[in-house]
Amino acid sequence: MGNWVVNEGLSILVILVWLGINIFLFVYYYIVYLDERFYYTRVLVGDALSWARAPAACLNFNCMLILLPVCRNLLSFLRGSCQCCSRNITRQLDRNITFHKLVAYMIAFHTAIHIIAHLFNFERFMDAQLEQNETIAYVLSQIGNEDNSSYLNPIRTNETNPTFVAFTTIAGLSGVASTLALILIITSSMEVIRRSYFEVFWFTHHLFVIFFIGLVIHGVGEIVRGQTASSVLENKPNICATQYKDWGKVPDCPIPQFTGNPPMTWKWVIGPMVLYVFERLVRFWRSKQKVVITKVVTHPSKTLELQMKKKGFKMEVGQYVNLQCPSVSQLEWHPFTLTSAPEEDHFSVHIRIVGDWTQQLFEACGGEKKEFQEAWKLPKMAVDGPFGTASEDVFRYEVVMLVGAGIGVTPFASVLKSVWYRYFNNDTGLIPKKIYFYWLCRETNAFEWFADLLQSLETQMLERGNADFLSYRIYLTGWDEAQAAHFTVHHEEENDPITGLKQKTLYGRPNWENEFKTIAGNHPGARIGVFLCGPEVLAKSLSKQSINHSDADPRGVHFIFNKENF
Amino acid sequence: MGQIEWAMWANEQALAAGLILLTGGVVGVAGQFKDWQFAAYGVAAGVFICLLEYPRGKRKKGTSIERTGQRYLTVCVKAFGPLTRNYYVRAGLHAVLSVPGGFMLPTVLGCVCVAIASLIYLLAAIRGEQWEPIMPRVESKERPGQSMKEPPSNPPPRPPAELRRKRQEDAAYVNPIPISVNSV
Repeated sequence: MGNWVVNEGLSILVILVWLGINIFLFVYYYIVYLDERFYYTRVLVGDALSWARAPAACLNFNCMLILLPVCRNLLSFLRGSCQCCSRNITRQLDRNITFHKLVAYMIAFHTAIHIIAHLFNFERFMDAQLEQNETIAYVLSQIGNEDNSSYLNPIRTNETNPTFVAFTTIAGLSGVASTLALILIITSSMEVIRRSYFEVFWFTHHLFVIFFIGLVIHGVGEIVRGQTASSVLENKPNICATQYKDWGKVPDCPIPQFTGNPPMTWKWVIGPMVLYVFERLVRFWRSKQKVVITKVVTHPSKTLELQMKKKGFKMEVGQYVNLQCPSVSQLEWHPFTLTSAPEEDHFSVHIRIVGDWTQQLFEACGGEKKEFQEAWKLPKMAVDGPFGTASEDVFRYEVVMLVGAGIGVTPFASVLKSVWYRYFNNDTGLIPKKIYFYWLCRETNAFEWFADLLQSLETQMLERGNADFLSYRIYLTGWDEAQAAHFTVHHEEENDPITGLKQKTLYGRPNWENEFKTIAGNHPGARIGVFLCGPEVLAKSLSKQSINHSDADPRGVHFIFNKENF
Repeated sequence: MGQIEWAMWANEQALAAGLILLTGGVVGVAGQFKDWQFAAYGVAAGVFICLLEYPRGKRKKGTSIERTGQRYLTVCVKAFGPLTRNYYVRAGLHAVLSVPGGFMLPTVLGCVCVAIASLIYLLAAIRGEQWEPIMPRVESKERPGQSMKEPPSNPPPRPPAELRRKRQEDAAYVNPIPISVNSV
């Protein structure tokens, strides 16, 4: 039976709370501007005032939130210090980018409402200023012509137009600048651009600096005006509004005085801005620490392995680092999963050559050359991280299912190596009692660098007589006729013709339904961690299977699905 | 930055700009603003730009992902031949289309966004990019295992039947009916 609540419950709760706060802020600030103080403002612009101020409040809230999920080091710190917290809470921290995107969509949505409302505001203020007859709008617009501080209508002359006013006020200019920055950020963050042209996405995203500057100075002009508190006592709108022709002439109704709201946004965003600046400083400082490349290995299937050392570097299994190679590019940082185990004296990454940066790194590290490279010829590297991912949780489950697709197997390389070391050292703290490992791969070449690791593990376990500890399946999802002929001939042999392992390579995609059923049957009542590093489609499928095969009964078997992808 | 096809980003920007211009136009017309004629223009221009930019072009390298239902518009856009293929033309067209939006506040944002899209298209044109239509694939591959009605089109490699029979003792279950030479 499905146990959707266990897997998704906390995330849904967080989203609902966030939506609830948005709705509350919207309604609350809508009502604030229905107050008496803004009676005369509303005479000029009507409901458009509330429709502009309510999303503004929501914008303050969301702009405060948007910087937080991208403070990687802060989140890593929270994750680390949260060892005592339940797995569920730390798992929410893995969904930081999803939350960042949701908040971004909300910002775009509220920006749209805010702008449309202000379009009406500008138009109506202009109409009021253009009044020829002595209507209340005309009288209100004339207030403040002598002194510049008590005006109501921010458009002060009738010889202008809304467009001109928009571009000559601080609020207008900063608004346009921020909105343009936001639009450019959003269009360059579309999946198509982000996945294929990462640099465009990354550099354009830094327009957020302009966005925040515009946001903070947006209210400095104080052009949203309402009656001062003292003026409301003297000139009560419900009584005096109809007597607008006699304001100042009648003792009951002096001319109303107006003032603007001081800017509030900075109070909301200053905290996260400081945190984010701090985050970038930490990243910069970490990147300045000396990193030495100790070994470079070129693997088939265009994969480069870099083994490095850095003083004080501590990692956990399955974490990732951001690498920068100044000789290739001063500005680009790219994330790579660590493929080494914490027990080793170095850390390593396996980099697949897919684009400009990876290709240039390959050449800089002497990948093209056959002969031995001197250590001093290797490029300087900078490393930021390591950052936490769900793989750290692997050791918290008694039974784990690890699924890696193609290059997605890399975090599990780290896990399995660590398992090997702990096994080797007879580590009694080794919690997992059974590991099911699935590797889905298209090309046979990709096996080589990983096959060695699996071979060592296989031998180790046979020696210890615990061949059942690690159960692994390798699925080859694409083959051609030449390969098929080769397999057919070698079918009888004890070791697999591709990997040299005792476990035979399987073909096609796994039947997940069967796999989950079998595993559930083997371990009733256990909490089974399912870890995937692979494409979205597979994630959906496994997530569904995890939910379907989990018992509704809390004492029954539970599959907890964890996904990571970059 | 060598591999970037700027046209991809220009396309996203132009589509967004079209929507913004359209929205601004609708506000201007619905609110009966002064100079609403420019808003009406904004609606028309916005719709036109959206229709023109909706079909994504084919990427030179990598897989091109279509937008939902873009096939019909692809045919229309393709029909204009060099006018839509050439990005200089598009850059110029967007530059011209953006100008009337600048005369009225609701459409100003649309105007600037379309102008930016025009600039990015200009960059794409300078780099020699072209709009190629994404043509529909002939048929999609049948996934193994999902249809049980037909024999697998690309069955996993197996040794000849005699060898397979020898491994019967490894089988998960024993077939109650003995296998003859003709059964597979």
